[in-house]
Amino acid sequence: MDILQKERKIRELEAKIDELDNVELINKLREEIINYKNEAMTNLSAWDRVLLARHQSRPRASEYIDYIFDDFIEFHGDRLFSDDKAIIGGIGILNGLSVTIVAQEKGTTLESNMERNFAMPHPEGYRKALRLMKQAEKFRRPIITFIDTPGAFPGLAAEERGQGEAIARNLLEMSSFTVPVIAIVIGEGGSGGALALGVANTVLMMENSIYSILSPEGYATILWKDSSRAAEAATVMKLTSYDLEEIKIIDRIIPEPIGGAHFNKEETFMNAKEVIVEELINLIKFDASDLREHRIDKYRQFGFFQRFNYDNLGGVKR
Amino acid sequence: MNDLANTLSNRKNSKIKNKQIKNNYQSNQTIDVPKGLYEQCPNCKETVNVKNTITNNFVCKHCGEHFKVRAVDRITLTIDENTFLEKGLGYITLNPLFQDGYEEKVEAYKEKTNIDEAYIYGYGEIGGNPCVIGVMDSYFLMGSMGSVVGEKVTRSFEYAMYKKLPIIIFTASGGARMQEGIFSLMQMAKTSAAVLRHSEMGLLYVSVLTHPTTGGVTASFASLGDITLAEPNALIGFAGPRVIEQTINQKLPEGFQRSEFLLEKGFVDKVVERKDLKKVLSKILYMHRRYS
Repeated sequence: MDILQKERKIRELEAKIDELDNVELINKLREEIINYKNEAMTNLSAWDRVLLARHQSRPRASEYIDYIFDDFIEFHGDRLFSDDKAIIGGIGILNGLSVTIVAQEKGTTLESNMERNFAMPHPEGYRKALRLMKQAEKFRRPIITFIDTPGAFPGLAAEERGQGEAIARNLLEMSSFTVPVIAIVIGEGGSGGALALGVANTVLMMENSIYSILSPEGYATILWKDSSRAAEAATVMKLTSYDLEEIKIIDRIIPEPIGGAHFNKEETFMNAKEVIVEELINLIKFDASDLREHRIDKYRQFGFFQRFNYDNLGGVKR
Repeated sequence: MNDLANTLSNRKNSKIKNKQIKNNYQSNQTIDVPKGLYEQCPNCKETVNVKNTITNNFVCKHCGEHFKVRAVDRITLTIDENTFLEKGLGYITLNPLFQDGYEEKVEAYKEKTNIDEAYIYGYGEIGGNPCVIGVMDSYFLMGSMGSVVGEKVTRSFEYAMYKKLPIIIFTASGGARMQEGIFSLMQMAKTSAAVLRHSEMGLLYVSVLTHPTTGGVTASFASLGDITLAEPNALIGFAGPRVIEQTINQKLPEGFQRSEFLLEKGFVDKVVERKDLKKVLSKILYMHRRYS
């Protein structure tokens, strides 16, 4: 039984509560729900977390922004082509400190999903993000990015306008910033499309979000020629927050309420805000150049390989 | 995979010889054509002489199709003889996701291609101009970028910084290596940061895009050259054509994501034929020479 079926069962129980008017019975049922949650919805499998990360009612970036920041002002457009609605950006105030916020936004209703292209940005989206982040660098504002995308959009127009170049440029420029950069994966962190906003001093992940090189379905298709083994792929891919923290790709996990962020959005946002503020206080202590070196060094270390060092032989002539 | 490509790739003994490639293959000793001397060109369907194709820079004499070139051959084609010094040896690819059969696969490719990963780099001279050259090999697991390739690309930039030399990278890759999962993804950020540091020293980076350059490599160091060259009719893009067709549910136009298309859209400085490549690179290097 996967997490969505469990959730449905809970919803059924909750619906039953609404029908009842006997206080004792209601309390009993409530207790039952809590027990069931504690029992069945902890120790989730990787696939459960994939399902939660993609959950239709999972809190979106705009909701996080509304809760966490005061006076968020959204800015539009990349000044080159158009405004990509898959990415929102602007400035806001976090505990009295002005910060630049860039986020991938999926939208909450089907209509807004379509309008936002399910948070799959085009090149202009990444260029807008870069424009705003460069402004942050100019005005010495910390940058906070929210990552929630299945990936960069693989379409005709996106290719024409240089999707690859846009992502590459973001990776390069984000490495060069001398202000603190914090990235938070709140839902799906899909491949290069996610990394293009994810080169940060501190990378955080919501407990039930995922971050991977491609979708588990894609992984199963490419490597096993069988997309139905996605659940198995999710297990081996190391895409959950716990796996990634263990291999030190991310720095810290932000806890979610039992059953996923959508069960108690307020609690989720509160947890997120607390951790963001803590990490930001950590980072603003550092010098500008230290922040930059720290970020570059951090990504310099990523890799999993072995080496026999032949360098002291001065190279090999073939 | 077509037969000609196989024939071209399966030649044994194509280690870099310090002789001109022409002599190499005319001496009749290093030629190994397992499938006969003649093959059909996959592009124009004409029958081509394999030996002549090789001496013709791996270009079809009939239609000018540029075949894929192995990394070692690319170095022979580009670098002055006797000047190449390979660096960054001794890397061992590991299996971070414990993918079944991945190590064996890598071993098999090592055997087949004679190089230890999908990327080699070293010092070399082009027309007497010193530079660091890096070449990806698309015959090695599609030239995909895993931890070792990412590390070696980064190292090649660092080596160029240490020697204060310009760097030329020939890209040919299907993107990030799926078998290594998130580690491969992180190589994109790592290599991009390497480009940044090299660039900040005022050094030149020429990126030469060859067939095929897609995915995570396009979205990192391949697109970040000071000068971006491309070989004719090379497939260059972020998403693969099949993925795009599935997304938009229609056939892609002819020539989409090819070098000439990118030139028209403004993402490539110049499309250069393979026979002119060495000359153009040598001119570019000469114009960027340093006096100190």
